[in-house]
Amino acid sequence: MTPGFDPDVPWQRARSVALRPEPFGALAYHFGNRTLSFLKSQTLVTVVESLAEHPTARAAIEAGVPEGQRPAYLKALADLARTQMIEVRSS
Amino acid sequence: MTAVLPSRPERPVGGRLIDQFEYGLDAPICLTWELTYACNLACVHCLSSSGRRDPRELSTAEAEAVIDELQRMQVFYVNVGGGEPTVRPDFWHLLDYAVGHDVGVKFSTNGIKLDRARAEQLARTDYVDVQISLDGATAEVNDAVRGTGSFVTATRALANLAEAGMKDFKVSVVVTRENVGQLDDFKALTDSYGAQLRITRFRPSGRGADVWDRLHPTQQQQRELYAWLLANGDGVLTGDSFFHLSALGESLPGLNLCGAGRVVCLIDPVGDVYACPFAIHENFLAGNVRDEGGFQRVWRSSELFAELRSPQTGGACTKCAHFDACRGGCMAAKFFTGLPLDGPDPECVQGYGETALAARDSAATTPRSHLDHSHTGPVRGQPTLLGMPAVPIVKICDESPLAGLAPG
Repeated sequence: MTPGFDPDVPWQRARSVALRPEPFGALAYHFGNRTLSFLKSQTLVTVVESLAEHPTARAAIEAGVPEGQRPAYLKALADLARTQMIEVRSS
Repeated sequence: MTAVLPSRPERPVGGRLIDQFEYGLDAPICLTWELTYACNLACVHCLSSSGRRDPRELSTAEAEAVIDELQRMQVFYVNVGGGEPTVRPDFWHLLDYAVGHDVGVKFSTNGIKLDRARAEQLARTDYVDVQISLDGATAEVNDAVRGTGSFVTATRALANLAEAGMKDFKVSVVVTRENVGQLDDFKALTDSYGAQLRITRFRPSGRGADVWDRLHPTQQQQRELYAWLLANGDGVLTGDSFFHLSALGESLPGLNLCGAGRVVCLIDPVGDVYACPFAIHENFLAGNVRDEGGFQRVWRSSELFAELRSPQTGGACTKCAHFDACRGGCMAAKFFTGLPLDGPDPECVQGYGETALAARDSAATTPRSHLDHSHTGPVRGQPTLLGMPAVPIVKICDESPLAGLAPG
């Protein structure tokens, strides 16, 4: 597990991040550290945008991703956490 | 069966990002916006043949409208250049306007206007990046291409930015035959100001075409540059401009693909939209931001950009074992050296470019841009490249009795 990413706590798209829809998914831009990331599937875009509605990141994945693909999505969220595109939500 | 018009291949679902980029994005990632053709310098290798302001340049209101549109399209930042952008009287206003509309600005300057007060202003402004152009780590090498005094101007600006506490400002270097041996010196100079080094590829665009034969790095220098990038790449920005070197072996970090019209484009000072900042030529002109539908329509609907948004399927390069590494190299470099766009880059590291250059029809002339805003009179500190006066080269085949005489 990547340090800093705990899938069993609440997460959200970082408040300084904007998502721009693209044909393959979305482009994420962090206004604070001025970095770009790419969300390479529409499903990942949906998961990221729905993080705020679920009690944990794992729950958001389970709600939107077929079982066999979930490990890949956990890894994708860990990458987005590392690059600060998503952040822990204090709720 | 009815006849079917040749159709463009359809975008794949999933797969590698680079394959997605080949089909273009809904808005550019790397948009260069040149605000003016006016410049206080007369660099011998200027990519946009800048010098004199064009009377048709966008007004303040028109520039604001472009920024509004970029905000709507979620273009999160622009690379502003010129010419020398800071000589536009409304430059500082447009900077604030862009930042206030969620369009970050990274601007390139020779440093002429960056006095202490401006440096402090920039240090206070979030979301602004500054790049100071320097093409030699010593005044001798720099001033030979950028003009006498330009090294002093640039380093004074760097000192002002450092003193003002500006973060993450850049020293931007175009790598040439004359300065490629100074890469470690550039790194040391940059570090001494607490800045970041950015090095980019020299292309035969604008006045660069006139000096390309003399200034582009040799094959041996390209191998040294590649080794240097592999050793130092993490701490150095490149704008992904050296992807043609990836064919030497290990891929360089970043996007190894020509982004022209796909993820990259240029808005020039009069609002014309070109596929890339190094391709100011009618063949790569997609439209104008003043046209109906503005920039968005040009980006999304122009015929030229649609053509560029397909993977290359033919040509000599697709049969090369290294094609996946370099993707045929730089479109502008090929075009302005008179090479076919589906063939090798003139600096192909496998040597195919040199062969192609040698095989060019000797009677054919290389394409020239329809635009030239170069100063027509003498410029203070005018560069004298390697001791030679920077005068236009008169072609030996030019039999006009007026050859070499500038019009009144």
